[in-house]
Amino acid sequence: MMDGGSFVTPDGRTIGDVLMEVRNITLRFGGVVAIKDISFDIREGEIRAIIGPNGAGKSSMLNVINGFYHPQDGEIWFRGAKRGPMKPHAIAHQGIARTFQNIALFKGMSTLDNIMTGRFTKMRVPWWQQAIWTGPAEREEVENREIVEKIIDFLEIQAIRKTPVGRLPYGLQKRVELGRALAAEPKLLLLDEPMAGMNVEEKEDMSRFILDVNDEFGTTIALIEHDMGVVMDISDRVVVLDYGQKIGDGTPDEVRGNQDVIDAYLGVAHD
Amino acid sequence: MFYREAGDFKTSYAADGQTFPIAFDRWRYFAVLAIAFLVVPFTINEYVASAVLIPFLIWSIIAIGLNILTGYCGQVSLGTGGFMAVGAYAAYKIMTAAPELNIFFVVLLSGGVTALVGLLFGLPSLRIKGFYLAVATLAAQFFLVWLFNRVPWFYNNSASGQINAPDRTLGGFLITGPNATPEAKYLFCLVFVFGMAWLARNLTRGRLGRSWMAIRDMDIAAEIIGVNPLKAKLSAFAVSSFFVGVGGALFFTVYLGAVEVGEAFGINKSFLALFMIIIGGLGSIFGSFAGAAFIVLLPVFMKNVMVGGFGWPTDIATHFEFVILGALIIVFLIAEPHGLAAFWRTIKEKLRLWPFPH
Ligand SMILES: Nc1ncnc2c1ncn2[C@@H]1O[C@H](COP(=O)(O)OP(=O)(O)OP(=O)(O)O)[C@@H](O)[C@H]1O
Ligand SMILES: [Mg+2]
Repeated sequence: MMDGGSFVTPDGRTIGDVLMEVRNITLRFGGVVAIKDISFDIREGEIRAIIGPNGAGKSSMLNVINGFYHPQDGEIWFRGAKRGPMKPHAIAHQGIARTFQNIALFKGMSTLDNIMTGRFTKMRVPWWQQAIWTGPAEREEVENREIVEKIIDFLEIQAIRKTPVGRLPYGLQKRVELGRALAAEPKLLLLDEPMAGMNVEEKEDMSRFILDVNDEFGTTIALIEHDMGVVMDISDRVVVLDYGQKIGDGTPDEVRGNQDVIDAYLGVAHD
Repeated sequence: MFYREAGDFKTSYAADGQTFPIAFDRWRYFAVLAIAFLVVPFTINEYVASAVLIPFLIWSIIAIGLNILTGYCGQVSLGTGGFMAVGAYAAYKIMTAAPELNIFFVVLLSGGVTALVGLLFGLPSLRIKGFYLAVATLAAQFFLVWLFNRVPWFYNNSASGQINAPDRTLGGFLITGPNATPEAKYLFCLVFVFGMAWLARNLTRGRLGRSWMAIRDMDIAAEIIGVNPLKAKLSAFAVSSFFVGVGGALFFTVYLGAVEVGEAFGINKSFLALFMIIIGGLGSIFGSFAGAAFIVLLPVFMKNVMVGGFGWPTDIATHFEFVILGALIIVFLIAEPHGLAAFWRTIKEKLRLWPFPH
């Protein structure tokens, strides 16, 4: 895996250049050091897993990447440019989308409206044309609705299209949240424990969706996951965190053989 | 049996997104419009116009305005009365400064002025939420009333401290002043209600409306999909205040004619508007109409049935009105937070399946 060069995965997908890179990130909350001098990169087209025990700093890392937390130290590079301090909504417009560890859907809206709202960055018509509706606003609405319907088909949630999301079971809510993130057609998709709390069947479905998103749309994905089986199955490269520090980074096989990782994480019983 | 979706298939997303997806609803809507524009003006009388129809129309605009802010964007406001006052005083200043200006534009401009003021008072919402924001808007309410009371410029130094609406015509018909006919006043308000409900419907179903609802439902998730909370909240304050300002301008120019600010636009007006959207339904245009109708009709009902019919003393009927209102608000908040609009929706859902519920 040469720096700057692309490589081909065992299953024949080409992984491109570095899309996102975090360099020497340190994040403190008062006395707590949540992230300590961590660097890693995410390459175009890959599925990058972030693993580690509870409290390792995984979610904090995603919050740094999408702008909720501002690290005291370190640099973030996205698409070849160093990123200054930015608000989360501006980062969304750059093409980074995410889901949350604890579902954060718009409870008062239907599945369809949640995913339509995910198209926010893709809609352009000014407010005064929206007020008139007929013409550009309606056209834009219909065009975006078509894309949203494709996502609904893709995630196999046609039957719950008009259901208020608050009424959906947990597994489906997770799926709708993925749909909302996909609606933005992100360059980088961050998934914080997309399979937490799911049964085996639901996990298989979700794994398949993640692989398909990566395969069909070429979306780069960084995901946090506790289920080692899933991580080893679907990810191209894995970064391992423990107590805010990076203790391993490489292909699933490399990480599996890393003694530090075995000691800190795989060796000890987890969950 | 007539209320059916079956056989009413949607063949395009535009058709699926229309305001009244069921044909029967659409026809009822056109029927209401036809009656409102073509029948009512010929049967109206002074009492019905001033006790029921005109206040209902004006309050509908105000309720829609508050609903945009509170029901759609989740920002509670207790400043509605104050913003109505801004609309009213803006109308007064514009009318007296530019006597030639058409009353239609006077009302629109007053809404515009109120939108700017609303934008200003919306700034705290970027920092504070919920209860604290409600208190901040309450402060706006008291400040605005105090301002219009104390600064003589706003009432052109009149000795009484009141403002009076001069006569204005539209197409030869008198719209304001004591000699305007109920028909003219009613139709003038109706045109505004129709246009503004249409605008509200469009704004709430598109990108802007979804950004408001996103902020209301989950503000951090709104941010990660690209919604700028500053723009979403301030636009809700501006649009909402525009509606309330137009309502306030109509309230003064067409309905009251003469205004003493503390009496006409006090804190109780803020509460009335809030009651309307709670009873009618938060986040619903139809609910805004239902709530306005309810609040406007309740005292009329009490007066005619309790006092006129059962011979109750007036003061008891008035007190009883408050009891009913209070009880209803508690019932709605607990049992049906989405108000009359949700109640209506449930009935329709039942009807859709009737008479075979399974
Ligand atoms: N907003 C915050 N304020 C204070 N401390 C925080 C905050 N967010 C995270 N932390 C702390 O940072 C550390 C890392 O937390 P983080 O949520 O990133 O862990 P995680 O790896 O995602 O764990 P889990 O697997 O349980 O989700 C923890 O010690 C946590 O208490
Ligand atoms: Mg976490």
